[in-house]
Amino acid sequence: MNQVKKFISKNAVPILFAIVCLLGVYYAQMPGQFLLMEIVKRMARNSFLVLSLIIPVVAGMGLNFGIVLGALAGQVALILSTHWEWSGIGGLLLTALLATPMAVLFGILAGMVLNKAKGREMITGMVMGFFANGVYQFIFLFLVGTVIPFENAALRISTSPGLRNTVNLTRIRGALDNIWTVQIGFTKVPIVTFLVIALLAIAIWAFFKTKLGQDFRAVGQDRHIAGVAGIQTDRNRVLAIVFSTVLAAWGQIIFLQNIGTLNTYNSHEQVGTFAIAALLIGGASVTRATIGQALMGTFLFHLLFVVSPSAGQAIFGSAQVGEYFRVFVAYGIIAISLALHAWRSRSLAKARLKEDVSA
Amino acid sequence: MKERLIKIYHGFGLPRLIISVFLLALIIVAAGTELSVPGLLSDALVRIGQNGIYVLAMVPSIQAGAGLNFGLPVGVIAGMVGVLVAMENSLLGFGGFVVALLVAIPLGIIAGYLYSLLLNRVAGQEMMVGTYVGFSVVAGMCIFWLMAPFKNPALIWPVGGQGLRVTLTLADTFGGTLNEFLKFEIFGLTVPTGLLLFYALLAFLLWLFLRSKPGVAMEVVGRNPRFAVASGLNINAYRSVGIVLSTVLASIGYVVYAQSFGFAQLYNGPLMTAFPAVAAVLIGGASTREAKVLNAIIGVVLFQTLLTVAMPVTNQLIEGNISEIARVIVSNGMILYALTRVTGGEQA
Amino acid sequence: MSVPVLEMKKISKSFYGTQVLKDINVTVNEGEIHCLVGENGAGKSTLMNILFGMSVITDTGGYEGEVLINGKPVAFDSPKAAIGAGIGMVHQEFMLLPGFSVTENIKLNREDTKPNLFSRVLGRKLETLDRKKMAADARSALDKLGMSIDEWVPVAGLPVGYLQFVEIAREIDKENLQLLVLDEPTAVLTESEAQQFLAVVQRLASTGISILFITHRLDEVMAVADTITILKDGELVSSGPTKNYTIAQMAELMVGRKIDTKGRIGGEKKEKATKKVLEIRNLRVDMPGERLRGIDLDVYEGEILGIGGLAGHGKIALANGVMGLYASQGQVIYEGVEVPLNNPREALNRGLAFVSEDRRGVGLVLEDSIANNIVLTSMQTQDKFLKPGPLKLKDQKQITAHALQSIERFDIRCTGPDQIVRRLSGGNQQKVCIARAFTQNPKLFFVSEPTRGIDVGAKSRVLELIAELNRMGVTVVITSSELAELRSICDRIAIIYEGKLSGILSPDAPDVEYGLLMAGKSLEEVRSGERATN
Repeated sequence: MNQVKKFISKNAVPILFAIVCLLGVYYAQMPGQFLLMEIVKRMARNSFLVLSLIIPVVAGMGLNFGIVLGALAGQVALILSTHWEWSGIGGLLLTALLATPMAVLFGILAGMVLNKAKGREMITGMVMGFFANGVYQFIFLFLVGTVIPFENAALRISTSPGLRNTVNLTRIRGALDNIWTVQIGFTKVPIVTFLVIALLAIAIWAFFKTKLGQDFRAVGQDRHIAGVAGIQTDRNRVLAIVFSTVLAAWGQIIFLQNIGTLNTYNSHEQVGTFAIAALLIGGASVTRATIGQALMGTFLFHLLFVVSPSAGQAIFGSAQVGEYFRVFVAYGIIAISLALHAWRSRSLAKARLKEDVSA
Repeated sequence: MKERLIKIYHGFGLPRLIISVFLLALIIVAAGTELSVPGLLSDALVRIGQNGIYVLAMVPSIQAGAGLNFGLPVGVIAGMVGVLVAMENSLLGFGGFVVALLVAIPLGIIAGYLYSLLLNRVAGQEMMVGTYVGFSVVAGMCIFWLMAPFKNPALIWPVGGQGLRVTLTLADTFGGTLNEFLKFEIFGLTVPTGLLLFYALLAFLLWLFLRSKPGVAMEVVGRNPRFAVASGLNINAYRSVGIVLSTVLASIGYVVYAQSFGFAQLYNGPLMTAFPAVAAVLIGGASTREAKVLNAIIGVVLFQTLLTVAMPVTNQLIEGNISEIARVIVSNGMILYALTRVTGGEQA
Repeated sequence: MSVPVLEMKKISKSFYGTQVLKDINVTVNEGEIHCLVGENGAGKSTLMNILFGMSVITDTGGYEGEVLINGKPVAFDSPKAAIGAGIGMVHQEFMLLPGFSVTENIKLNREDTKPNLFSRVLGRKLETLDRKKMAADARSALDKLGMSIDEWVPVAGLPVGYLQFVEIAREIDKENLQLLVLDEPTAVLTESEAQQFLAVVQRLASTGISILFITHRLDEVMAVADTITILKDGELVSSGPTKNYTIAQMAELMVGRKIDTKGRIGGEKKEKATKKVLEIRNLRVDMPGERLRGIDLDVYEGEILGIGGLAGHGKIALANGVMGLYASQGQVIYEGVEVPLNNPREALNRGLAFVSEDRRGVGLVLEDSIANNIVLTSMQTQDKFLKPGPLKLKDQKQITAHALQSIERFDIRCTGPDQIVRRLSGGNQQKVCIARAFTQNPKLFFVSEPTRGIDVGAKSRVLELIAELNRMGVTVVITSSELAELRSICDRIAIIYEGKLSGILSPDAPDVEYGLLMAGKSLEEVRSGERATN
């Protein structure tokens, strides 16, 4: 009985959302086949991005709102690969390879900036994402075609500067997904994509069993103590952000090969918010995140996403309500997690003082 | 003389000097094109008055130690409700404006107080929590706008009879009330006297408050809470005062903004309100811990003039609309700079 | 005889021209427990910083003298080098990660690893942890200490006493450990935990590890030490085998009066007044690291009462408790009326003023001007410096005038009342704090550590100021870690030991009485000990 209680209190957030999702599913009255198809598609698309958030959380840097930088690196690589007409799985791998050094560079820069803003990593990461987005738009909306010569009918309309608003990624669409699919009912399950996600999950799990992973964990718990023990805290923090940024770049490439079109100026904007919301719905917090939470969260969040409009229609007579509701949930869950974290760390500090005194 | 100049220079600060010089250069360039410089400056004046109160709203929250108020939308929403109530009842001119304020201010006080209760519990993380509380409130209100019991056909979707429209025009009610008040023209420059006067009045009242006993107490709480406790001050109470003031200013700011802009944009309209205001106060020379009314004034003047003048000038030079992107880069760059500045023992 | 494990010869060190250590010699032999004894500021921590090559030493011009390990001269430039040479240290504060298990903490940054596929390509950092080996090592270290706890249990829930052992286990797990430095390890332990701890220390020494033990508790010294070194004001006053000393002798050597005391600053010692201004009854103050565990004390009108004692024993908490800054229980009666506790406002309203020991943290608003710092408290609690009218606007003219007056009266060296206090020297900052307290027109004035961190010239000026204000009729309660300072200004001195009143002495009482009270002996014991030796 106690164990049940413990399980519930430990997993209160995912359980709550599971209930909300079940209600949604019930009211939405969607055909099961359609629901399954949507969920499989969305899990394949998003899981990698959500998993990319785990390492910085464990390294004590909170939710990495800066994964937008990684997503941008992935997109830049995709734009270039489209330009050079790379195609198929080979093209996709080459694109990922191309994105990697860019993501490493962005990660190092971001890590250095975050080291200057200790204790404010999350807001700094978020603003950094907005800033990088501005620079990205400046480059691809203005410089390309005016300062940077770039002629390609697939990417540009020659009469105005900048890239097209949407770019068709025909050459690499489904390059990963379609290698091997298994049909379940109407649902095509992209086996290779799920294998890649599983591989990443295993890699993260194994990573935390290594010396470097242990160092990240130590830095995440207490910078000062880890530093006294001789661990290079700042360096480890930068490294954690680099890992996260590179994974986000790959994650964005996987995401876009699934979607098939690049929304040049908007595709990446919500990457951070939605991935973070998914992770939190899985029961993670600012200081604790596991692979299971990431995957469970991705599942629940996207289930909610799929059923919200229809449920809104059924309950309130307006699909719009459902659409706004899911956005509200995404922001709300982040706000609540952040507040709870700040609240807890304050009372924890107080409790620690008390302990010292009573000792 | 030289010393005085150096003193003025130090008071003004290098970033502001650079921006001023850049602005001057832009205006000179503008004079060389077919653009009308007085016209540009008239636009700038309107935008200064329109956005100025949001920037003022940053001052009490920073001074009370709660940092930059990224939760500005909390107050903006109250302002929106005020505007909608006035429009629902088809109140025209000053009557509409005043009723909007009368509804917005008490709602702003309530929302600000609740918001301050939360921020007092998350001291040290106000900016991040504030940002997402702001986002959540905006998203939550989207649902409210869809279901809100407004009946005036000018406000709701023509089909279905429920749910507010995305963009509402204030032209037929109290749009431009303040802007038109005592408006005059001089050398081709149109001065929205009422708007600027109203802004100046609020700035003066805020300045006065900061010089009063509770204002001083609030500043002490923000600068050194432990000193404040030892001086017998209640920290949470004065932090709440600062946050409520900030929120109420945001509510008033929205009513003024809407009447000047001429439209009310509901739903996701107010999502990013905080960012340009945060950037402006930082450009004006404030930090995450210290802000004066003067910083807010200098900041909004420089930032808004820059945006108004830069857009048409650059449009003359290069194709495309660069102003939005410039705004994003300048404002977020400025915020990033402020967040990473090493300040002893500071918390978010 | 074999070569000593550690020899420190003629060690001297100055910080910015101030000599803090002079010609210190310390020798520790194999398997020996050597106690380092001294008051706060005697130079113990500086000596340990030198031994560990801490950056505070290397960055400030190094030190003079010689350090020998096993007879070979060494000069550590980082703690890492010192640790490499087989020196371990257990800090006063715990260096343990709460979310890690006992094993993970013991092995922190010294984890055993084994190569895997990726580490062969990408480097040793990616080798897998060898958890079996780690656990086995941790187990054997714990066994050496007689600890039966599970090696995988997380540290978070363990009692404080156990944490100390985990720290030591970490040190003895280092294979080449030959010298273990323990910095006041028993300060946070209960009596029975401390007993157990001392037994473990002796057991360790018997295995051949040398121990350098820093402590204030003279009983412990007598119980475990083989040899003793006593430091005072950066000088070595005595050293030798423990059997050569009694507790009283150690105490006397530890606090002995400085020879160069300039005599009294406080003027003639006043005869004991009869009117009680403040009565403190069973006051308990929950101040971290300085807990007060129930104290009774009276303050008489017009006197200067000193509060002394060693660091960590609670002397600092007295003023903080009365002023309501830390959670307190008990009774405080001021002029016959009870003062509500835990309420700074009430204390201020009754005419009590306080200059905090934490000048920069509590005493000042560093980013604000001198003028504002001086008037803020009075403005908020007494409605001074406000213009008439309902708006309660601050009266800048009056503020500036008062600030100028205070600057002159308290001799604050500055460019003017608008100068930001952060830019002032420590001494002048302290004068601003005193000026602020006196702007409140207090009847009873608490001042804590008034001369900490300020230079010598300013020190006597600050003390003279306090004495001067006392002559004008203000009752003063002064808390200080510097006994000589208290003796130069006070009429009576109360010594606090482990959160309780150990006794009250006259400023001209013999050194040995001060030493014994600070070591926790009662006044009766002190007096009877004297008779016995006479």
